[in-house]
Amino acid sequence: MLSYVLRRIAVAIPTILLLIVISFVLMFAAPGGPFNGERALPAQVMQNLEARYGLDQPYWKQMADYVWNVVVHFDFGPSFQYRDRTVNDVIAQGFPVTLTYGFWSFVVAVIAGVSLGVTAAIRHNSAVDYTAVGISIGAQVLPNFVMAPILVLIFTLWLGWLPGGGWQGGQWNYLVLPVIALSTSYMASISRITRSSMLEVLNAGFIRTAKAKGLPMRRIILRHALKPAMLPVLSYLGPAFVGMITGSVIIDVYFSTGGIGQFFVNSAFNRDYSVIMGITILVGVLTVTFNLVVDLLYAWIDPKIRY
Amino acid sequence: MATQTAEADLGQQPVKGRSLWADARTRFFRNKAAVAGLVALILICLFAFFGEFLAQYERAYVDFSLMGRNAVNGVPSIETGHYFGTDESGRDLYARTVQGTRISLLVGLVGAGVAVIVGTLYGAIAGYMGGKTDNIMMRTVDILMSVPYMFVLILMLVIFGRSITMLFIGIGLISWLDMSRIARGQTLSIKNKEFVEAAVATGVRPFTIILRHIVPNLAGLVIVYSTLLVPQMIITESFISFLGLGVQEPSTSLGALISAGAGQMRYGVLWQLLYPLFFFVVTLFAFFFVGDGLRDALDPKDR
Repeated sequence: MLSYVLRRIAVAIPTILLLIVISFVLMFAAPGGPFNGERALPAQVMQNLEARYGLDQPYWKQMADYVWNVVVHFDFGPSFQYRDRTVNDVIAQGFPVTLTYGFWSFVVAVIAGVSLGVTAAIRHNSAVDYTAVGISIGAQVLPNFVMAPILVLIFTLWLGWLPGGGWQGGQWNYLVLPVIALSTSYMASISRITRSSMLEVLNAGFIRTAKAKGLPMRRIILRHALKPAMLPVLSYLGPAFVGMITGSVIIDVYFSTGGIGQFFVNSAFNRDYSVIMGITILVGVLTVTFNLVVDLLYAWIDPKIRY
Repeated sequence: MATQTAEADLGQQPVKGRSLWADARTRFFRNKAAVAGLVALILICLFAFFGEFLAQYERAYVDFSLMGRNAVNGVPSIETGHYFGTDESGRDLYARTVQGTRISLLVGLVGAGVAVIVGTLYGAIAGYMGGKTDNIMMRTVDILMSVPYMFVLILMLVIFGRSITMLFIGIGLISWLDMSRIARGQTLSIKNKEFVEAAVATGVRPFTIILRHIVPNLAGLVIVYSTLLVPQMIITESFISFLGLGVQEPSTSLGALISAGAGQMRYGVLWQLLYPLFFFVVTLFAFFFVGDGLRDALDPKDR
């Protein structure tokens, strides 16, 4: 087990380093620097600016300094556009918001998806089953940027029940639409995966044995069928996490929730490289860490995995 | 006696072999959803590539008299020639939807095309070579796959300028990863078959074996997954265009149109959202159904 953990970590670290290198190479390859505006700055001003942000250093030194600061001080450097704001400030302001609705979306997607999938599998070929399959097919073509306007149209413009944007410190009614918009397509995928793996498990010999010795259906499902049926779902959680963190960009922009996605897109329009890079690397680290945790969990739960 | 007649019957009718592809075709056309998807797809392609001949207005033509009075004067109608109404700047939405659909389809096809060529070859080479080469090649794919590509893609678009060419390049760079894994898996099971062994024994060079003997046998799987890849690429492009970072004005794509329509929907001009949304959803549905049908028809594992 320990060697497996170490090996997985050994893959995770180059991934993050690669991400940093890619970001830097892209940035160095960019035509013009961050301070090449429409109006050319005087040479002295330019020199001072570059010295201040360390851009006059050789590339390798910039990269090494950056990695050093991120790893040792958790410091992503200053923003290139706003003098009084560092990338850390941006992350500190936006990340809790993203984390809040991201967490709820994840919970909703997993709980709703698993219950829908399990119900559909138990009542195979019934109306419930067809509804669940219908929902999961329909939700495939409704990615978050399609869901968001549709939800606002129905619940804000027509029914007037929920606010169509804003955050207000995360009050529940401001959370509902972002969470639904973000979780729908993942809920659908989770329910589809749960259904097919549950159907497979329910046909297995050990379930027949459990039925034969007269266990109540409830107990068979909860105690015997659920755990093996959850393994494929577990391996889907990694991609789902990546999808949600990417989708949060849409949610932030469309609902003006003020999460990191909003800063990301604003910086993309302002060419604020350091913010874009900081957020990209943060998201990369999160993704890699999450995948690592899922993989280790999988290895721990599934006895068939050999290290 | 009975056996004799049977033999006679057989003798009279020369046995007509059914190829793998003929079999697959029969299975595909038996699947109603897949056929409906195929028909929808053909119609959408016709719309995207020939629809502009029906348009009454240039797609970039701004009708200033309509600006600000869209809800009344820009309503979809046959008489004014604005079949789908006008957008917020008074441009003909029909012409723009035609172009948006075309760009979205092109992005999907380019992405899938790169995936087919690069992904298949990469996977086949990794799988056939095996050992250390395989290990290094596939670990590279693993690492690339765990990079949050949407963020890197946006970073690229910001640095090299937002343009459709950059979007094509970016999508091409990421689309082949999944395909290479699938192709490698299939190659592993093919490479131990007798016909490959025979080729090796007769001294065919490895690269020729991969091109002549491995890749053709991957075709079924590759077709299925590339069909399912197209909608994913369309979603990726629309995602970026929805944020305004993809296709730039006056060009447009379905994502950009949905975004514009969503921004205007509170002013009573709902058609600006619904027409692009309709084409987006129908295109995706069509690809998914065709892909599913192809999988049932071609993928021997699911039968």
